[in-house]
Amino acid sequence: MIAFIIHRLVQSVAVMLVVALIAFALFNFVGDPINNMVGQDTTAIQRDQLRADLGLNDSVVVQFARFVGHAARGQFGLSYEQARPVSQLILEKMPATLELSLIAAAMALLAGLPMGVYTGLHREGFIARTMMAVSLIGVSLPTFLIGILLILIFAVVLGWLPSYGRGPVVQLGWWSTGLLSVDGWRAVILPAITLALFQMTLIMRLVRAEMLEVLRTDYIKFARARGLPNRVVNFGHALKNTMVPVITITGLQLGSIIAFSIITESVFQWPGMGLMFIQAVSFADIPVMSAYLVLIALFFVVINLVVDLLYYVVDPRLRINRDAAHGN
Amino acid sequence: MDKRLLGAALAAVVAIGLAASGGAAQAKVFRWANDGDVNSMDPYARNETFLLTFDANMYEPLVGRDRSLKVEPALATEWKQTDPNVWRFKLRQGVKFHDGTPFTADDVIFSYQRVLMPGSNLSGNFATVKEIKKVDDFTVDVVTKSPDPILPEELTSWAILSKAWCEKNNAVKPADITKNEESFATRNENGTGPFILKERQPDVKTVLVPNPNWWGKKEHNLDEVVFSIIKDPLTRVSALLSGEIDMIYNTPPEATDKIKATKGLKLLQKAELRTIYLGLDQSRDELLESSVKGKNPLKDVRVRKAFYEAIDETAIAQKVMRGFAQPTALLIGAGVNGFDESINKRFPVNVADAKKLMAEAGYPTGFEIGMDCPNDRYVNDEQICQAVVAMLARIGVKVNLLAQPRAKFFAKVNEPAYNTSFFLLGWTPQTYDAHNALLSLAATRNREKGTGIFNNGGYADPKVDELVTQIQGELDQAKRNKLIVQALTLVKDDFGYIPLHQQQVVWATRDTVNVVQLPDNYFPLRYVTVK
Repeated sequence: MIAFIIHRLVQSVAVMLVVALIAFALFNFVGDPINNMVGQDTTAIQRDQLRADLGLNDSVVVQFARFVGHAARGQFGLSYEQARPVSQLILEKMPATLELSLIAAAMALLAGLPMGVYTGLHREGFIARTMMAVSLIGVSLPTFLIGILLILIFAVVLGWLPSYGRGPVVQLGWWSTGLLSVDGWRAVILPAITLALFQMTLIMRLVRAEMLEVLRTDYIKFARARGLPNRVVNFGHALKNTMVPVITITGLQLGSIIAFSIITESVFQWPGMGLMFIQAVSFADIPVMSAYLVLIALFFVVINLVVDLLYYVVDPRLRINRDAAHGN
Repeated sequence: MDKRLLGAALAAVVAIGLAASGGAAQAKVFRWANDGDVNSMDPYARNETFLLTFDANMYEPLVGRDRSLKVEPALATEWKQTDPNVWRFKLRQGVKFHDGTPFTADDVIFSYQRVLMPGSNLSGNFATVKEIKKVDDFTVDVVTKSPDPILPEELTSWAILSKAWCEKNNAVKPADITKNEESFATRNENGTGPFILKERQPDVKTVLVPNPNWWGKKEHNLDEVVFSIIKDPLTRVSALLSGEIDMIYNTPPEATDKIKATKGLKLLQKAELRTIYLGLDQSRDELLESSVKGKNPLKDVRVRKAFYEAIDETAIAQKVMRGFAQPTALLIGAGVNGFDESINKRFPVNVADAKKLMAEAGYPTGFEIGMDCPNDRYVNDEQICQAVVAMLARIGVKVNLLAQPRAKFFAKVNEPAYNTSFFLLGWTPQTYDAHNALLSLAATRNREKGTGIFNNGGYADPKVDELVTQIQGELDQAKRNKLIVQALTLVKDDFGYIPLHQQQVVWATRDTVNVVQLPDNYFPLRYVTVK
């Protein structure tokens, strides 16, 4: 067990180092930040001075070592655009993204699960077929288009919900929350739906497939033969056994919800990390971009690690298989 | 958690929210939005129009500009040249900063020292200034290195900060991005201007309220101004359509028809000072990106003229810019001092003549050339370049277009690399005077002297250099303007550049809002009224 954990940790560190290298490479391949930082009337000598002060003239190895050293301590330097520490910027933006992501994930789960069960049980029914057809929209329409459509309908035409922003926020220590006011909740609805739609479809289809699979198994047939009521069979026996893969996928999808909130955040001007990243890209604000990449990679690695460990604990079969596969 | 407890907690939360969102319905609030934020509350942080115009609502210069961009008294009431090298400014008395400290000559001297420090982006405006001396509490002398007839014009974006406030809050130096330090002045302000900063959430929103003790005559009727960032163009327009905001500063061209057709909204447009132009590498002996080897075809004035005659600017202005552009023949536009309508006539489009010129120059079948273009800097920049590619194909010139984001684009074409053969750029003279454009774009490149820094094509004409020097020192306004016309004509007739147009500033507002739109894209809140 301990050997397995150590093994996974070493892998995680290796992944983080590779991501750090990519993040670092940004410094050398994305435009010239100097031109963005200064105005058109800045002299050539001032430009050279700035370049030297930022350490852009050092060798690549020196710059990378410095980058990893600082990154390990959570220091990503000062944003070129805002002249403020990147770590502080990220801390400010993180609550917005996490609130949006968690609400979207909850929505996806709360809507996707029952729909999956329903379509699994009544696969020939009209409603189930409609749900399946409509869910195709969820996977096939690009996120930004869904966002724009929702804005058009609910903000411009109906005027029910705000088209942008997060509404009023309240500071609880360093955490800023928009969920303590009605306007804050109104503001989160459209972006959360936009972000949740794809995941909801995914969960629904996953649950449906799992249900269909499980309903074919012998123990379900035996349960029915014993005369157990449908409710007990469907929910007590069938649904329970579909849950392991669903929980895993949902966990992993949380990582992608956070990472892919970029588009939703920029459509709805949601002041989170994704929007910060987009703004950083258009400004070639490399410290912010690289910090974001490293952070998202960290999210994925941590979530993966936790899911792997949970698997290991929950399912004894996997424990044996993995040990064999890894040759431990 | 107990379900009833949860219900009670939710009800409490909702009640708090309702209480917070109610009230303050009568106040005249002006809400506007732009695609990007003001980068800093510190007026020296960056030499960029949007930052300067936003911070100018809170901070004021000695000499300001009025609705027609003419200089007007601000913190200085009068100024005159007491000696060819000395400008004397009389300061306004009884003015107080927002924190209540009185404004005196010491603040001017302090601001001068501060603007020259590393981290300040405005030091370039003081190229001709030798020193600023305090004469008494309300008089200062600006001593120049050589006679500078347009000094007051050069100081209109130089805001005055409070010495006492900066010293108290450790903001004596502008924030220096290279030194891991954030200045207090980046997120706070203490100016003398008509508006006071109430709330600042970078990248989200900034709230200003009027300064009740402002010295000037109040022309606005606002109780509060809320500035929001909405980056996505469609969302920005949606917020205007849905009534959540009253004005958008940066209006996407594709939305103009929709806004025009919407009842209750109006579109404001005005030619901007910035000139969009094409530049040609005339300095290298062999072009970096071309099929012609061993020589540079662009050194031949006939080839440059052929390029000019093949490009149909009228079509670009009408089709690509959808009419939101003013074709121009000069490097400066109307509104810049020195502009002269009589020489602002573009040479006609003439493809037949262009072909003939190409043949005479020895390229009857044309040649290949690389072109650099930004795709996120000017209005429809990439589309303009694509149109140029198609137009030059008519005379056999095959253009390989490289359009990229501004960060990469500027790094390639600007100094010190100048890695380009053919490019599209825009220029606004910071001083609102032709001299700035001539010095930066038309004077021969010389890093030490600081001339021709943005002359990316390496255009060089000693006669123009001589005229630029004369213009700098000429005190007689009429004579000076004649020299400017001479220089502009030389560049024009030599096809040193191919000026295209002035793009138009397009704003959109609700009908109930009145704003003053200026050609330099400045947006002073002090002229805004809301019904």
